[in-house]
Amino acid sequence: MTAFLLRRILVGLVTLLLASAVVFWVMEILPGDPAQLMLGLNATPDAVEALRQQLGLNQPLLMRYAGWVSGLFVGDFGRSYTYSSPVIDLIAERAVVSLPLAVISLTLSTVIAIPVGIFAAARRGRFGDTSVMGLTQIGVAIPNFWFALLLVYVFAVWLRWVPAGGFPGWSAGVWPGLKALLLPAIALALPQAAILSRVTRSAMLEVLGEDYIRTARAKGMPRRYVLWRHALRNAMIPVLTILGLQFAFLLAGTIIIENVFYLPGLGRLVFQAITQRDLIVVQGVVMLLVATVVIVNLLVDLAYAVVDPRLRGRA
Amino acid sequence: MSLLEIENLSLSIGGMPILRDVDLAIEAGEVMGLVGESGSGKSMTALAVMRLLPHGARAGGRVAFNGIDILAAPEAAMNRLRGDDIGMVFQEPMTALNPVKTIGEQVAEGIRWHTGANRADAEARARRMLDRVGLPESRFPLARYPHELSGGQRQRVVIAIACALNPKLLIADEPTTALDVVLQQQILELLKDLVDENRMGLLLISHDLAVVADMADRITVMRNGEVMETGETARTLSEQVHPYTRQLARASTHVPERGRHHAAVGAPTLLEVRGVSRDYPLRARRLFGPAQKFRAVDKVSFSLAAGQSMALVGRSGCGKSTLARMILALDRVTEGEIVFQGEELTTKTEAELKPARRNMQVVFQDPYGSFNPRHRVERLVSEPLHLADTPPTREQRRELVSRALQEVGLQPADMDKYAHEFSGGQRQRLSIARALITRPRLIVADEPVSALDVSIRAQILDLFADLNRRLGVAYLFITHDLTVARAITDQVLVMHEGRLVEEGDTDRVLAEPRSEAARALVDAAPDLGRAIARRLAEAG
Amino acid sequence: MSLETTPASLQRHWLRQAFASPSFVAGFAITALVATVALVSFVWTPYDIVNLVVADRMKGMSAAHWFGTDHFGRDILSMIMVGSRNSIAVAFLAVGIGIAVGVPLGCWAAARGGVVDEALMRLNDLVFAFPALLSAVMITAIFGPGAVNAIIAIGIFNVPVFARVARAGALALWPREYILAARAAGKGKALITVEHILPNIASILLVQGTIQFALGILAEAGLSYIGLGAQPPMVSWGRMLFDAQTRMIVAPHLAVFPGLAIVITVLGLNLLGDGLRDVLDPRLRRER
Repeated sequence: MTAFLLRRILVGLVTLLLASAVVFWVMEILPGDPAQLMLGLNATPDAVEALRQQLGLNQPLLMRYAGWVSGLFVGDFGRSYTYSSPVIDLIAERAVVSLPLAVISLTLSTVIAIPVGIFAAARRGRFGDTSVMGLTQIGVAIPNFWFALLLVYVFAVWLRWVPAGGFPGWSAGVWPGLKALLLPAIALALPQAAILSRVTRSAMLEVLGEDYIRTARAKGMPRRYVLWRHALRNAMIPVLTILGLQFAFLLAGTIIIENVFYLPGLGRLVFQAITQRDLIVVQGVVMLLVATVVIVNLLVDLAYAVVDPRLRGRA
Repeated sequence: MSLLEIENLSLSIGGMPILRDVDLAIEAGEVMGLVGESGSGKSMTALAVMRLLPHGARAGGRVAFNGIDILAAPEAAMNRLRGDDIGMVFQEPMTALNPVKTIGEQVAEGIRWHTGANRADAEARARRMLDRVGLPESRFPLARYPHELSGGQRQRVVIAIACALNPKLLIADEPTTALDVVLQQQILELLKDLVDENRMGLLLISHDLAVVADMADRITVMRNGEVMETGETARTLSEQVHPYTRQLARASTHVPERGRHHAAVGAPTLLEVRGVSRDYPLRARRLFGPAQKFRAVDKVSFSLAAGQSMALVGRSGCGKSTLARMILALDRVTEGEIVFQGEELTTKTEAELKPARRNMQVVFQDPYGSFNPRHRVERLVSEPLHLADTPPTREQRRELVSRALQEVGLQPADMDKYAHEFSGGQRQRLSIARALITRPRLIVADEPVSALDVSIRAQILDLFADLNRRLGVAYLFITHDLTVARAITDQVLVMHEGRLVEEGDTDRVLAEPRSEAARALVDAAPDLGRAIARRLAEAG
Repeated sequence: MSLETTPASLQRHWLRQAFASPSFVAGFAITALVATVALVSFVWTPYDIVNLVVADRMKGMSAAHWFGTDHFGRDILSMIMVGSRNSIAVAFLAVGIGIAVGVPLGCWAAARGGVVDEALMRLNDLVFAFPALLSAVMITAIFGPGAVNAIIAIGIFNVPVFARVARAGALALWPREYILAARAAGKGKALITVEHILPNIASILLVQGTIQFALGILAEAGLSYIGLGAQPPMVSWGRMLFDAQTRMIVAPHLAVFPGLAIVITVLGLNLLGDGLRDVLDPRLRRER
């Protein structure tokens, strides 16, 4: 198992390194001079040059890249052009909104989807299954931001149960914060739950068709027991893969959802930074998100090794 | 009251009739052999006894186990019977065990479920059972996972699961078909011992008449969902009253008319294999350790003359298929040379190999995987014409395909059909037609008849013998089945763990094997004539 | 699903079988409807959306305007019809990029194996490490918003998907005996890939294509919603939802219909994909 994990970690590090190169390079080919943009059109060439020196923009490409990457390792993501504060602080401010949102959505989605998927697989072909398939078929087709708009209209505007947008900050209390995140989390979670339940169902059905399930039935185990004690664990393997992918999607999906609900999260940060040409912030946030994806994938690999002994025994 | 009584069992799935009026009875301690070719319904009969039929299956008639009406029993009652009073062993050991549970858990699970024993007791009992089936603790602790075991070992675990609670009846559906001849013998012996020890009834299902003749006291012959004949094994198989029984028995022992084709003195050497080896790299045990190798073929040398028919036999995993691929230049050689028609093949490029490939073609085992399902027969059979120096015109191609089809006993009109429109035996004929189209001097056939039913097998062997006689094509038959080797080859090479351990005239080697490996193969090979003779002698 | 499927000899039977699958019928019908609407919009829409009648602003649903009008007085139904062109074009071309680049890469990796294969897998990992939507946002924001950049941004993320599917399909086929027979007939890997592998993975690629098409529609709508997709005066469903957001309280119909259009189109494509899977591998019907 250690060799398997070490190999995956190595792959993850290589991916991160390559990703950092891509992120840096994409920022480089952006037209326009950052110093010029920061100072505005009326700035004198001297002032622009001075700022360029200060920001180290005249150094050769590789040196700047190396400098940036080494900064990342110590948590120095640079300084934002627009806000003049360390990027890491900006990220931390917004992460306390985005991260809980992603976690709540993922939890909600999982808690709903997996039992529903198992339920549908157990009742294959019967009414329970067809109705689940029908509902999820529609659920998968719903854009999450549109769903969010509808939720806002019904629950915030019409029923007034929750605020329509904005985030009061955790300092205002845990409960008000959660109330503000509730609708966004539901908007993100339900379409994802639709996908996840379909995946769970098809993984279960595939496992239920395997020979070792027949062996278990031939031992005298009743259907329900076989479903929970034999099929489920094997079906979790493909489901874990999708969960990992979903987390990445949720993180990215927050960009759009945060727009609907005016949440001060990472998504809005990166979006504003892009429009303001604040490259340092963009670089920092994107690298952070990529790193999160890589780490989540590693966790999924770890989970595989726990669930599937075939991966453990390998040298 | 018999242990198992099946009367007028009929079964249909989704409206299609599968079984019709099946009668069968087994007494305690008796071994009943259920024999038939594919589509005979033997597996479905077994599943009906276990009430593990697929969706949409409707059964009629009566199935009584120890007086209990199986077809009418509630599911809870069936759950109590399965695994406790009736055990079942299936064909495919590689997929029969749950990969995420240890073998100890899987054996103990049934014990706990049926007897309510606590974990320690159940595990102790499981341990005893695994020991009993030949998996001692020192090498197979309860914490082993299925992926750490070979096919034969997994089948033993499946038998342990099925027999853990001393069932009154064990149903074994083709339990050894996926195993090689030596493993087969071991597993069958194990089953026989368990039957004798516990006075267990055994329903042994197989397509192999020789296996059944050896093991079963009584035999039931099925065809297309109906019982053709049933009775005491020795008498039924020697008297062969029913024409289908006669057909099966004859096909099982069929030896094609060959007129002893000895390669004419001075026949040129067609193929020479000199010191050929093949290594495969293994994943390093430690991250930075030296790369390890697995030697699949170890310095094999032999030669084959024009027109000669030679068998390459050995247990599964002995390297015979790997050697065949190297000879066909479909795989690289790690060391050694392969000389075909005087030309050294191992150093040639693909383009240079064309003339050699023209004279050396292949027939594979699986009639269902041998053809691209999207192409018509004309395109499939003419594929080797890619090797011609000048590509043939459309008319020429159709002419060549037509001739090849006729040579294998099919119609020229068949060339416009798709492969799936043909039966297994016919598809194998198509395979042979494809191999013949460039008029090769050598055909390498990798288990060409093992996937076919016994009656069809005989026909295809006849076809091979006929082609050898008429066209003078030399054969290299890769097979684990000694009856095939005996039927159509003159020479045999025996391989074991990558090495060539014996070679010589087929008749001599099979009658008096000298090497240990050859002896094990010959001993283990089921022989119908021998089995019948033995039973008749026992009956007195 | 199993790879090699349905040769043409069963063509008549094939069509009959296709229409026996409810998913296929429903999916095909919806998709055909949407495609027809898009085509018709080039020659006719109920109202002209370029030359406006400002007096009809923000009207609700009525007999004259089935879906109401927007803040400029444009007929919503007509807008939706015109907007369908954009959604379909962007998603379709993005799938095209994915297939044109991804399938050859995947087939090549499967045929060569070894270092080439490893390199492709790492490249795939790299692309997948970037959350798709985020990266599409970045690309369109940096290189300029608009339909073309949206196509490229979404298309880039289709490439590894198709590469992976093609590679998996091809890898499953290479050990098959008829491929060995082709090699024994002296055919090279490239020729075998074209003659044998591609036709037999076509069905899984087609099914994946409908899935990616549907995802492309959703992605394009998302991008347009935050202003990075097709720019005005080009009409897009996502943009319509953006415009609807601030006016939702007084005119909810502005938000409902574009969203429904998206849902119906995506639903149709998904059903079509499921239906194709049914038809191309009937064995799998029982498991569905």
